[in-house]
Amino acid sequence: MVSAAREPKPVLPLSEKGPEKHIRVLVAKPGLDGHDRGAKIVARALRDAGMEVIYAGLRQTPEMVVKAAVQEDVDVIGLSIHSGAHNYILERVAELLKEHDAEDIGLVVGGIIPDRDVERLQGLGVDAIFPPGTTTTEIIKFIRQRMGEVAT
Amino acid sequence: MAEKPVLSRSSVTECEGVSELEGGADHRPSNGKTRWYKQTFDPAVAKHPERDAAFITGSSTPVDPLYTREDLADRNLSYDTDIGYPGEFPYTRGIHPSGYRGKLWTMRQFAGFGTAEDSNERYLRLLEMGQTGLSVAFHHPTLVGRDSDELIARGEVGKQGVAIDSLADMETLFDQIPLEQVTTSMTINHPACVLLCMYVAAGQKKGIAPRDLAGTIQNDVLKEFIAQKTFVFPPLPAMRIMGDVIEWCTAEMPRWNWVSVSGYHIREAGSTAAQELAFTLRDGMEYVQAGLDRGLDIDSFAPRLSFFFIAHNDLFEEVAKYRAARKLWARYMRDRYGAKSPRSWWIRFHTQTAGSTLLDRQPRNNVMRVTLQALAAVMGGTQSLHTNALDETIALPTEENALIALRTQQVIAHESGVANTVDPLGGSYYIESLTADIEEEAEEIFTKIDELGGMVSAIDNGYPQREIQEAAYQYQKEIEQNQRIIVGQNDFLGEMGEPVNYLYIDDTVEEKQVERLAALRRRRDAAEVERTLEAVRCAAGSDVNLMPAILEAVHAYATVGEICGAMRDVFGEYHEQPIF
Repeated sequence: MVSAAREPKPVLPLSEKGPEKHIRVLVAKPGLDGHDRGAKIVARALRDAGMEVIYAGLRQTPEMVVKAAVQEDVDVIGLSIHSGAHNYILERVAELLKEHDAEDIGLVVGGIIPDRDVERLQGLGVDAIFPPGTTTTEIIKFIRQRMGEVAT
Repeated sequence: MAEKPVLSRSSVTECEGVSELEGGADHRPSNGKTRWYKQTFDPAVAKHPERDAAFITGSSTPVDPLYTREDLADRNLSYDTDIGYPGEFPYTRGIHPSGYRGKLWTMRQFAGFGTAEDSNERYLRLLEMGQTGLSVAFHHPTLVGRDSDELIARGEVGKQGVAIDSLADMETLFDQIPLEQVTTSMTINHPACVLLCMYVAAGQKKGIAPRDLAGTIQNDVLKEFIAQKTFVFPPLPAMRIMGDVIEWCTAEMPRWNWVSVSGYHIREAGSTAAQELAFTLRDGMEYVQAGLDRGLDIDSFAPRLSFFFIAHNDLFEEVAKYRAARKLWARYMRDRYGAKSPRSWWIRFHTQTAGSTLLDRQPRNNVMRVTLQALAAVMGGTQSLHTNALDETIALPTEENALIALRTQQVIAHESGVANTVDPLGGSYYIESLTADIEEEAEEIFTKIDELGGMVSAIDNGYPQREIQEAAYQYQKEIEQNQRIIVGQNDFLGEMGEPVNYLYIDDTVEEKQVERLAALRRRRDAAEVERTLEAVRCAAGSDVNLMPAILEAVHAYATVGEICGAMRDVFGEYHEQPIF
């Protein structure tokens, strides 16, 4: 995890910083549906904000997601879920992260998540749930804060 | 702020020589628009600036402050050849001479959730409330050719549509519904050949012959690769199956629309209106070619090709899109493919309001969004319409919210007066200009796809996928930079609004369905299932039409996952190269 820098930082867009500072994010779209518009927009916005994005694409199982996250040594996993399978998928992802001793990886979720499931998902260790209408700016800000960076 | 980019058309006219236009040997109208800009508009705007630097349509196309007859002249539009009369070529104003005065559009609400019993109950209720056609939403495992008890289906059973694994579920789904009287639409694509056979078999069990069944199966295999992405097979086998379905339906099901070529998902994935139109019609042309390649007479199968468009937010742009669709399809079918029957020239389409425009913040505002979108579909001359429920962005609709959505259509039909005359916006300078512009843009995209070697090659190349992605990103940027105001999202935030009730599908549906499937697997004749599946594999590996073999497997109660599995054994499975 990148530590919070206390000394004044040079005001540079993230993309111009050294590669060691890049936040690595895995963006994946679990579930059988094809609603990948949001995932792709977020992936591109994170990349444009200077993060390193690994976009895994559609029909990712929890096993595939966690394997890729560990292999790619990412800081954050971003999952876009529209299929209604969020409870099953996130329970399994949380379980697998624990098995791989990788619970320090951030976990954020976007898509269609009914209110009544929010608490349950937070209990599993989901750091943030971004409902429809969330801006990419809000997502970028959250991830930078999660990583202990000063939000721009 | 950027300078206004919108006055270019009138300045072009000006360069051509004002005096000639005003002197008018070519009978073009006098150039009053240029004069009006100079004398009246510009001084007024200098004093009271416009509220935005640029005005754009829902697809980010600049809009002029005013449209006049000069705009029609600039586009060389002739009333008789470009606009014409309803029921006559090129059908810009509608395919039926009397519009909705003879028959209103079909109010067809897309529904399906939980088990077949749950959905059957909803269908019976919808028919009782005055709905005139059924539209089946399948859950995702069915959409991708998998069974409810497969690992990959975990958590998805019955969630976003009804769980249909076998003919037994299909029989339950249509229990007590007179299939010879209703028309049924089914949203299913790569496994369409299987689900169509299940519907046919359900009819046969009620004593109804395939030729008496009326309805539509989406079966739009190509748009799966560029938008909806519930693909199963690679593009070439998918097109081979398509050919089999066209052949079989043309021979056996004269009242059945064997495809609903869909722009809806393309637009939901983020395309512009012109891209939606162009990619959809170009997909349609591939299917026409597939029928021709089977040696069929175009007028024997083209009349059963139907379309499905979205109704998005920008009312005028959407109306123009439907008008351009009719005109383009008629022209291409007649001139490029040589169809002789007017029924082959007609574009008949279903419309659904745009799900992605709905918000979970202040959800009741969605009713107004749906109303305006539905109005566009009706003024654009749709044949059938689904209006989204206000809770669509959160879940499948509750019965109460589904009823509001249906009532919205009934209010438009009976109270607004828009159904009293044909193509009520026809002749508007703005609408006619927009119609011509969208038509032109779509034809540019056709040319590009032709240059790439057709739609299958264009998909391999990634061209439509990239275009859609780019437009989606642009739209999102416009919202985030407040160039596009969405009430309750980036302005007029206020409170969240009272939450609405929504339908929650719990995991007991999955348990029930998995149990039901296990019982089916126990009671059916396993040897017969194996024999018929082998026949499907055999047909897939040869050039014999697949449909008879699939129908036989369906009657043996083989499942969606098993039959698609047999085809996957031969055709392989499509995996997308993820790009962003």
